[in-house]
Amino acid sequence: MSSETFFENIALPVARTRARPSLRLLPKRLGAHIFLTIACLIIGFPLIYAIIVSTQTNADVFAYRFTFGSALADNFNVVMGARNLGTYMYNTVFTAVAVTFGKTVLSLLAGLAFVYFKFPGKWLVFGFVLITLMMPTEILIIALLRFVVLDLGWGSTYQALIIPFIASATGTFLFRQHFANIPAELSEAAQLDGATPLQFLWRVLIPISWNTIGALAVIQFIYVWNMYLWPRLVIQDASRQVVQVGLQSLISTDTGFTYGPLMLGAVIASIPPVIVFVLLQKQFMSGFALGRDK
Amino acid sequence: MILDPILIVGIAAALGAALLGALFRRAGRSAALGGGLGALGGGAGALLFMLPLNFCTFELARRPEDVFLGMLLIGAGMAACLLPLHWWFIERPSQRRVPRAIQGTFKGWLTPWLLLLPTLTVLVLFLYYPFLDTFRLSTLIVQPRARRTPFVCLKNFTDLLGDPAYLRSLLITLIITAAIVVIGLIVSLLIASVAYQPIRGAGVYRTLLVWSYAISPAVAGLIFFLIFNPIAGIANHITGNLFGVRLEWFNDPNLAVVAVVLASVWKSLGFNILFYIAGLQNVPNDLREAAAIDGANTFQRFWLITVPMLSPITFFLIVTNVTYAFFDLFGTIDMMTSGGPVGATTTLIYRIYQDGFMEGRVSYAATQSVILFLLVIGITYLQFRTTARRVTYGA
Repeated sequence: MSSETFFENIALPVARTRARPSLRLLPKRLGAHIFLTIACLIIGFPLIYAIIVSTQTNADVFAYRFTFGSALADNFNVVMGARNLGTYMYNTVFTAVAVTFGKTVLSLLAGLAFVYFKFPGKWLVFGFVLITLMMPTEILIIALLRFVVLDLGWGSTYQALIIPFIASATGTFLFRQHFANIPAELSEAAQLDGATPLQFLWRVLIPISWNTIGALAVIQFIYVWNMYLWPRLVIQDASRQVVQVGLQSLISTDTGFTYGPLMLGAVIASIPPVIVFVLLQKQFMSGFALGRDK
Repeated sequence: MILDPILIVGIAAALGAALLGALFRRAGRSAALGGGLGALGGGAGALLFMLPLNFCTFELARRPEDVFLGMLLIGAGMAACLLPLHWWFIERPSQRRVPRAIQGTFKGWLTPWLLLLPTLTVLVLFLYYPFLDTFRLSTLIVQPRARRTPFVCLKNFTDLLGDPAYLRSLLITLIITAAIVVIGLIVSLLIASVAYQPIRGAGVYRTLLVWSYAISPAVAGLIFFLIFNPIAGIANHITGNLFGVRLEWFNDPNLAVVAVVLASVWKSLGFNILFYIAGLQNVPNDLREAAAIDGANTFQRFWLITVPMLSPITFFLIVTNVTYAFFDLFGTIDMMTSGGPVGATTTLIYRIYQDGFMEGRVSYAATQSVILFLLVIGITYLQFRTTARRVTYGA
């Protein structure tokens, strides 16, 4: 049932009201502006605070100065030079891009199989994929770590960060829904032209699926970028560590806490996912809506 | 044996037959078909957990709690086998079938399997295998450098459920989860109910309200670790200047929980606001205007019309927030409190990490994972229920 029919069923037979006098609207909207500005400032406060501290020395922090300090360059040198944040960032970018790309490709292929082929046991296989939604990595983390490190010998490797996450029930489901809503004429025409399934996918489906691909990609990119528990366990070698876990090396220093570098690291690690999220808000929302619109 | 395996399976089959038989008759289907399927489902359900366990909970040497857990497992297995049967034969046929455009299909029996091969391989190796292995580990005693891994039946489970530290973790998890859900949803609904209006600069406000979703749980933990830092933190500076109070945020068990909850609510606020704004935009204005004509004041309109209309989104957000509180909080806690002070912020997932990886109690941690899985099943069930209710935001 779409939202429209849902509302039709309960809509009351009432005439529309006259437009309200504009005099009443002015103070109301002013109130809304004030309320929203305060809300934005409260939500923004932790990040603003972190940005300010990231430019300060410890002495500034202890003096509770709320102005930008002069230590940004020093903090940057500590973070990038002594603490290898650049390496961590590189590892995170590499992992996030690889997982997002792999997930998209595998989900596209699986969606193609589920929508454009007939084969025995299709529903069973689809159920087999869908049931994995009930198995978050966290609950099988003990056995997964034993398998990946002891059996496969993948401790502290990129493939340990990437391969276990490139199959996706959500993605398969998303593309299956999307393809099923594409007019059948397209696939029939492609067959008449003698296109192979992969040619059909590459030339026809992908060009008209960028919104769905973007939706899956933005959700997955942020998810992988912010992953913490798994890399913390499987990566022991600092040169392979991702930035979320690598930030820990900024807490525990031999000279005690240095807050500036710590917050600078936190801010740098947050810039890419925040930008991606802000730019692709619409795709992000539609990803959730699509995935739930069975 | 306290109870003979054949007797157990027989009783389960009889129970299943009686149950499904009655349900089928009530739905107007053949009771004999229901009875037959019920007998098969009930018997298979009893064997689901008991065959791998070799009916060990009913051996003479076991204690009453082992027998009780064994019965519970048989019940769970029966539910796992009977519920799908009931759904397939009774509920599914009565559901409205949405006609779907038939897609022109490609030929070839091998191609679809080749296309599915990568997905299926990864799912089997990195989800199904570790998933089943977690169950296997939970019945053993596994230690990091010990070669022998003796089978101990359900001893890990009975130990765990009698372990005050574990029960405390369970309680802490429930408290933190409830706080995050209640505070997070109320605050975000309040903000969204102003932000959804079409005022000048609405897009800018929205972006400035929702970005915190993209901040990772670990970074949220780090930032609030500084905010609540007893010496350098801004929280104590403000409370110290205003009220002359400086709190030991990370040394007091209750305050540490408060700090973790605040950090988590802040991080999840963006997500909640985003979905509430979308939901509010889909609540038709006609309804509110009609209610205004009938003399309902602003509060009544909000409470009697807007809130019920938003209930599908509220359900969705409860489920996602619970999942977040159960699992994603790990990063926040690890950065802020490391589970302390004295275990006050050791949630279930953090305890799995501590027991499994810090203390080397692998099988004990696997047992905790199994229990966490049962909780996840409950959440997933809720999720499917809410999907059935039809979310109304996706126009």
